[in-house]
Amino acid sequence: MATVIETRELTKRYRGGQLAVDRLSLTVPEGAVFGFLGPNGSGKTTTIRMLMGLIEPTSGAAEVLGRPMPRATRAVLPQVGALIEGPALYGFLSGRDNLLRYDSADPTADPRTRKARVDGALERVGLRAAAGKKAKAYSLGMKQRLGLAAALLQPRRLLVLDEPTNGLDPQGMREIRTLVRELADDGTTVFLSSHLLDEIEQVCSHAAVMAQGRLITQGPVAELAAGARGKLVVTTPDIIDAGRVLKECGITVLTTDGDRITAEPPPPDMDLAALNAALVTVGVRVRGFGVERASLEDAFVALTGEGFDVAG
Amino acid sequence: MSQAEALAAPRVKAVWTLGLLRSELSTTFRRWRTLALLAVLTGVPILIGVAVKIETSDGSTIGGGGPDGGGPAFIAQITNNGLFLVFTSLAATLPFFLPMAVGVIAGDAVAGEANAGTLRYLLVAPAGRTRLLLTKYATTMTFCVVATLVVAVSALVTGAVLFPLGDVVTISGTRIGFAEGLWRAFLIALVVAASLIGIAALGLFVSTLTNSGIAAMATTVGLLITVQILDQIPQLHAVQPYFFSHHWLSFADLMREPVYWDDLTKNLQLQALYAAVFGSAAWARFTAKDITA
Repeated sequence: MATVIETRELTKRYRGGQLAVDRLSLTVPEGAVFGFLGPNGSGKTTTIRMLMGLIEPTSGAAEVLGRPMPRATRAVLPQVGALIEGPALYGFLSGRDNLLRYDSADPTADPRTRKARVDGALERVGLRAAAGKKAKAYSLGMKQRLGLAAALLQPRRLLVLDEPTNGLDPQGMREIRTLVRELADDGTTVFLSSHLLDEIEQVCSHAAVMAQGRLITQGPVAELAAGARGKLVVTTPDIIDAGRVLKECGITVLTTDGDRITAEPPPPDMDLAALNAALVTVGVRVRGFGVERASLEDAFVALTGEGFDVAG
Repeated sequence: MSQAEALAAPRVKAVWTLGLLRSELSTTFRRWRTLALLAVLTGVPILIGVAVKIETSDGSTIGGGGPDGGGPAFIAQITNNGLFLVFTSLAATLPFFLPMAVGVIAGDAVAGEANAGTLRYLLVAPAGRTRLLLTKYATTMTFCVVATLVVAVSALVTGAVLFPLGDVVTISGTRIGFAEGLWRAFLIALVVAASLIGIAALGLFVSTLTNSGIAAMATTVGLLITVQILDQIPQLHAVQPYFFSHHWLSFADLMREPVYWDDLTKNLQLQALYAAVFGSAAWARFTAKDITA
């Protein structure tokens, strides 16, 4: 499979000496919805800025669409749509005029079809009705949509979205996810950064995890989650009896929370039904019983040994 | 790699790249700030004209002394010929109002976009750093011309309304026709606009150094004031010919018959030098800069 983004030992040390990205080697396959995951301050935005040619790497190399960045910005960037660190707009211009300006900044954009492109992008993000309003009167969610519209002015081969759901309400988040899926179905590779695990889990086919400037892991989401073990969860009002029975069966109880017991998953050779029967036999009233699949969050905790929301 | 070859030639037509300049011009001239600056510049000639009219309404003359008696150059002749209000107004606005306005526009050019965050989106569009910088400089120069013409036209209209128009007496004492006088006024406006090339380049360079539009504007206007003050200190006469404002008032030599070109040429050469030095500095800085805003 062709790669759309490839970095080798990409490193950025800012002038203050702060190491923002440390020898990052990233591979984004074509057609993927690639989740770029990490707490705030883990180097995601710096990486994206290097990929977009805004920042010169201290060492290492980055290729986007098979061309070196930042050298090939003129050839690469017209085929890349980007939303970087939130939208930035000219408050004194209307939404439509903002898009017209960004479109005219692209030298490969035909001025004769500019208006049609802008209208199409406005339509796509649902801003057609508010297009004549000054951008400073927009809500955060509308600004975010307008930023997305700017990224969608042209058919793109790669879409880079840095925290695209920031500031959006649940409805807006759902719409963005739907849009990302649509774009992916059209064959656009989407590179999506986020600090929200469930967001990545819902839309991404691949993911990479960053912490403190370093790449922790990358690969298909299913494989990443499979790397972490699931959990046995028993819901019952008879917590103490249930805990005793589980221990007798050789299962380590992890946490007890109200009427919920979370335990290590049973070994593969143990029959879950038999375990359940053992509980019921001693009079434990079982309300819920089962093994929960590991989430990406479990994978992250397993990899870093710490909670996800700890900022670098 | 086949993918790389497919990318090799994004189709760009030369005229399409001018779209950014058009967008830049319309964006700049639609800002309230730009319009406010132009409004102030429109007001200056009207103020001078009305003041002269009031002071001379009892038949007395302005200044009372020789040609350098008081107020800006040519002020004493306005009552005889409204066309002189154009020269007076340009002489009055060139030392401060015009360069201040240009400093605001030039200082904000890059830093203002960085401040708003729009710079990163222009660059990933991709506007291209050199192209964006050239566009910004061209827009600033356009503003120089527009601002100067605004002063000149406002002065001409005010002069025509308040005072008689007619043949023009040059500084050398000879008479030239009104049409010729009008032509000279136009040339003077162009020279005044060209006198602002230096501060425009300086402002643009300052603008690439910071991510704060306000800081860049303040620095540029501060430099303007500092240079104007230093230009008045006699002990510094050795370096004064290199100040961008040193030959500014040489435009008056266009009102001599024949025209005295020495200082005019020196002024234009100096402005070209500033454009080359600070233009290159701005380019070197901007094309190598990490865009973190």
